[in-house]
Amino acid sequence: MHNKSVAELSRELESGKISSVELTQQFLDRLKQEDSKYNSFITVTEEQALADAQAADAQRAAGNATPWTGIPFAHKDIFCTNGVRTTCGSKMLENFVPPYDATVTDNFRKAGAVCLGKTNMDEFAMGSSNESSHFGAVTNPWGLSKGEKRVPGGSSGGSAAAVAARLVPAATATDTGGSIRQPAALCGVTGLKPTYGRVSRYGMIAFASSLDQGGAIARTAEDNALMLNVMAGFDPKDSTSLDRAVPDYTATLNEPLKGLRIGLPKEYFSDQLSPAMEEQIRAAVREYEKLGATVKEVSLPNAKLAIAAYYVIAPAEASANLSRFDGVRYGYRCEDPKDLMDLYTRTRAEGFGTEVKRRILVGTYALSAGYFDAYYLKAQKVRRLIQQDFINAFKEVDVLMSPTTPSPAFALGEKTNDPVTMYLEDIFTIAINLAGVPAMSVPAGFVDGLPVGLQIIGDYFSEARLLNAAHQFQQVTDWHQREPQ
Amino acid sequence: MTISREDIEKVAVLARIRVDDEQVSALENDLGNILDLVDQLSAADTESVEPMAHPLDAVQRLRPDEVTETNQREAFQAIAPATENGLYLVPRVIE
Repeated sequence: MHNKSVAELSRELESGKISSVELTQQFLDRLKQEDSKYNSFITVTEEQALADAQAADAQRAAGNATPWTGIPFAHKDIFCTNGVRTTCGSKMLENFVPPYDATVTDNFRKAGAVCLGKTNMDEFAMGSSNESSHFGAVTNPWGLSKGEKRVPGGSSGGSAAAVAARLVPAATATDTGGSIRQPAALCGVTGLKPTYGRVSRYGMIAFASSLDQGGAIARTAEDNALMLNVMAGFDPKDSTSLDRAVPDYTATLNEPLKGLRIGLPKEYFSDQLSPAMEEQIRAAVREYEKLGATVKEVSLPNAKLAIAAYYVIAPAEASANLSRFDGVRYGYRCEDPKDLMDLYTRTRAEGFGTEVKRRILVGTYALSAGYFDAYYLKAQKVRRLIQQDFINAFKEVDVLMSPTTPSPAFALGEKTNDPVTMYLEDIFTIAINLAGVPAMSVPAGFVDGLPVGLQIIGDYFSEARLLNAAHQFQQVTDWHQREPQ
Repeated sequence: MTISREDIEKVAVLARIRVDDEQVSALENDLGNILDLVDQLSAADTESVEPMAHPLDAVQRLRPDEVTETNQREAFQAIAPATENGLYLVPRVIE
């Protein structure tokens, strides 16, 4: 059962071949047995999951099933779950039990899905390797059989590793600069970052509010569509949520791709990309040509400025968002504070990890008197230039394709000493968040036995088209079916 | 670009994060490298470009001025580090 997709499991449950309680128990057993190798979960909610599975079986018996009724899955530990510890990968929230549900959490609950627990992540979603988690690094299931310990990517490294290792068929994730697509690519699974404003951010612990977007990780594009069907929609509780109709994302998966116009941004096929990676991506694009798509080169001339703009905007917004962790209302508090200033400064020094503190300090500096115009305002202007590049490109083509990452999964510890080297890991994904457009990462081959991700980028609210393009690719390739040994 | 020890100490106070001398040295290097990376922005021509805050230029919605939240003080204070009689406790502020 653990190799089946959400769509397949849904049919198994519908046919009555297996109950949700049986299915949930199987996945829980596997999770408990296997996860010591990966550390992909921070919290496993066994009792709650079995109770939810029982309720799901009753729901189905009463004839009220949705495609998600009784399906086991997991939440990234950034989505607040009422009554279940939500840590955001931080010591600051090690014992935080939210008194409310995120809208995304609530949506899955209402759909009858069975949450098995909360997945590991970089602390406050700041990282590209899952090594900044207070709960320890996650190991990529790929490469383990050769004795290699590689990163799963980040920040949604736990979700990607858990799906790749078949511990759950699907997991929620979030993406601020590549945190869904990069781990999906490095773990050989399929991930979707929707348009900014498509999925509610309510109850999703904030990192950089103008960039953060919740999304999906699963093994197939079809399962990504099923997830987005549950996640997408206007939410009055999120002030940046956009009020647009939500289509059935599964309805257009089988549209033919004949005539699809693909653009290859020349800046994303630069010398940062290894020749072996480039060959895999070009081969994937040839598959699309066989399916009737046309291909042309396009240019995103300001994309080279994306990392610089991001490392002003994201830390600046993070420094404001994370000011709420003050040791007073919830979360970690230092021992024996001697005065209020000591309470704040020691709580935050002890409760936050190195990378989070680094970014808060950079952001505070960029927003401080005398520097605001030179950094934050300048970055917001460059952001519009980057967005304009995408708007121009989508006048000529329907989707853009590129590698998701410049290279496959790197070794644990390889990039932890140099923050800037780690930041460059997101060189092909960051501009998408700055522009706010949707993008996916789809398994598209292997280099040295490690998965390679194809990034497919679309215009605003074109998730259905991206999912259609990814699904059709998965009908003629089997990269997404490969299982780590 | 370099960032001085004094700058780091000042920013740490603004951010309410205690840093010791050893950390300041490491941060001088790390923050200096990050600011070098960010300095690429100064080369961009942004004359007459409007800063962008929301990708679809959405503005804040208004809602009717009605009470929508119920009082959940007990639930919220149950997860606080220290409370007494419905109040959050902090070290003495006024002598």
